[in-house]
Amino acid sequence: MGRYLVRRLLYTIPVLFGVSLIVFILFHGVAGDPVIIMLGKHASEMQVRELRHELGFDQSLGLQFLNYLKQVATFDFGRSFATRENIGSMIWNGMGPSFLLASLGFFSTLILSLIISIACAFYRGRWFDRGVGFICVVGMSVSALAYILFGQYVLAFQWGWFPISGYENGFPANLKYLAMPVLIWVLVSLGWDVRFFRAALLDEAYKDYVRTARSKGLSEVTIFYKHILKNAMIPIVTYVVIQVPFLLLGSFLLESFFSIPGIGYITVDAIRSSDFPVIKATTTLISIMMVFGNLLTDIIYTLVDPRVRLR
Amino acid sequence: MVSKRIWREAFLRTISHPMALLSLVTVFLYIGVAVFSWTHIIASPWDRVIAQSYQAPSFDSLAHIFGTDILGRSVLFKTIQATQTALLVGFWSSLVAVLIGFILGALAGYFGGWVDDWIVWFYTVFSSIPGILLLIAIAFVLEKGLLTVCLAIGLTSWVGLCRIIRGEFLKHKEREYVLAAKAIGASHMSRIFRHILPNVFHQVVINFSLMFQAAIKTEVVLSYLGLGAQGRPSWGLMIDDSKLSLGRGVWWELGAATLALMILVLAVNLLSDSLRDSLDPQLIG
Repeated sequence: MGRYLVRRLLYTIPVLFGVSLIVFILFHGVAGDPVIIMLGKHASEMQVRELRHELGFDQSLGLQFLNYLKQVATFDFGRSFATRENIGSMIWNGMGPSFLLASLGFFSTLILSLIISIACAFYRGRWFDRGVGFICVVGMSVSALAYILFGQYVLAFQWGWFPISGYENGFPANLKYLAMPVLIWVLVSLGWDVRFFRAALLDEAYKDYVRTARSKGLSEVTIFYKHILKNAMIPIVTYVVIQVPFLLLGSFLLESFFSIPGIGYITVDAIRSSDFPVIKATTTLISIMMVFGNLLTDIIYTLVDPRVRLR
Repeated sequence: MVSKRIWREAFLRTISHPMALLSLVTVFLYIGVAVFSWTHIIASPWDRVIAQSYQAPSFDSLAHIFGTDILGRSVLFKTIQATQTALLVGFWSSLVAVLIGFILGALAGYFGGWVDDWIVWFYTVFSSIPGILLLIAIAFVLEKGLLTVCLAIGLTSWVGLCRIIRGEFLKHKEREYVLAAKAIGASHMSRIFRHILPNVFHQVVINFSLMFQAAIKTEVVLSYLGLGAQGRPSWGLMIDDSKLSLGRGVWWELGAATLALMILVLAVNLLSDSLRDSLDPQLIG
């Protein structure tokens, strides 16, 4: 166990290196010359050279990569091209709204889908289960963008239930703006979660120990709550825990559509204005979070499922 | 051969389920619509102005059933023509993803050792970078257009299948039938493609259909970011266009595109479910 964990922890080093390398290639080899994009096509030779020097683009690629690694290590990405704001504080300010939106969406979905999937698994194969299963697939088949546009048009614009978009800091005020994005979050992800939880529950429902419990004469309700639910909680808890680190990232689409100033909004905004340092910073941040999220997942797996340790 | 019987049984099981049969028919209907509109038999020409801008749906003629768009073109014709885009995006991006995922997964699982180490490292790194940013980066580099959309989606959605195929190959390469093939002198290529591939092919098929529907939905997001298909109608562009026209009460363009997309994706989803039910040996028991 200890050796596995150490090995797994050390493995993040080459992965982090690879992530930095790919992000670097994306922004330096690939994304066009940011200096030209910033200054426009009609900039003089002199201006271009100066800005290039200021941003360090006249150094060799190797040096630039080392510089980038330094930025990653210290998490100091300098200032935004567009607003001259410090990127560190931009991201810091964005995390709050992102986290709030994501955690509200995530936990509402979780509670709802747990209730629904438990009911489905209990009444497995009957019309309730089938009906819910079908509705889940229908819900998964609608484009997220369609939900958003429908919500903005019908619920916000026509019926006036929610503000169309925008955000306000401060506790009760922000809930008003978050209500509809959270609702859409739930609609988009409910189908997936219900199906996953139901499958996890039914995986257990046909195992031998359940048959034993039934032949002992236990009631279906006892079997379900005391035996099946307990064992099915392993995949479910894992599924829940591994998503927690990603909650800081919020949602690109929802944030940019509803103008919620989170990480996703900042990123989409930066993409629109070719604000490379900002895109680089958010990409790096998100990727590092993913690496640690995966690490956490593996650790949790070893904790809940002893079989994994043998590998 | 055993595998042939499994496929025939899977097919029979699919068509004996009313829901699955309906999905299969729906998918073929979409393919039919795409072919007929491509050969200009129906819904052609889609870019002809038939009425004023943003005319509400009416039953005057077939072309008016979903109203008109900003330029006064028939939304129905546009929706029908866009079927081609959706099917092309779904097919080609899934094919790209399946090829990359299968080949890398097979190599990693089959050869093990340093090949496995490198491939696992590569996909771990790759899957750590948010897919949407990779999509955007790829779409930025290549010229805008349908091909770019397919490549971008394909290049960013192979990791899931790669993991599964690697696991399957790890399991299968030590099985007796593969060892027997080795003993009679079958080459690596022959063992990978002739012996193991038929036994893991159901995973490829299931994942292909899942990627297919995901790709169609991703195209909508790319269109929203201005990186979608150019110069041809697509449901993504229609949905994206309607974010402006909705404020004026024009719901039919959004409605038509969403409905067309939903029915196709729903059918493919239901079909994937029934494929999984009938092909996954663990579920067959």
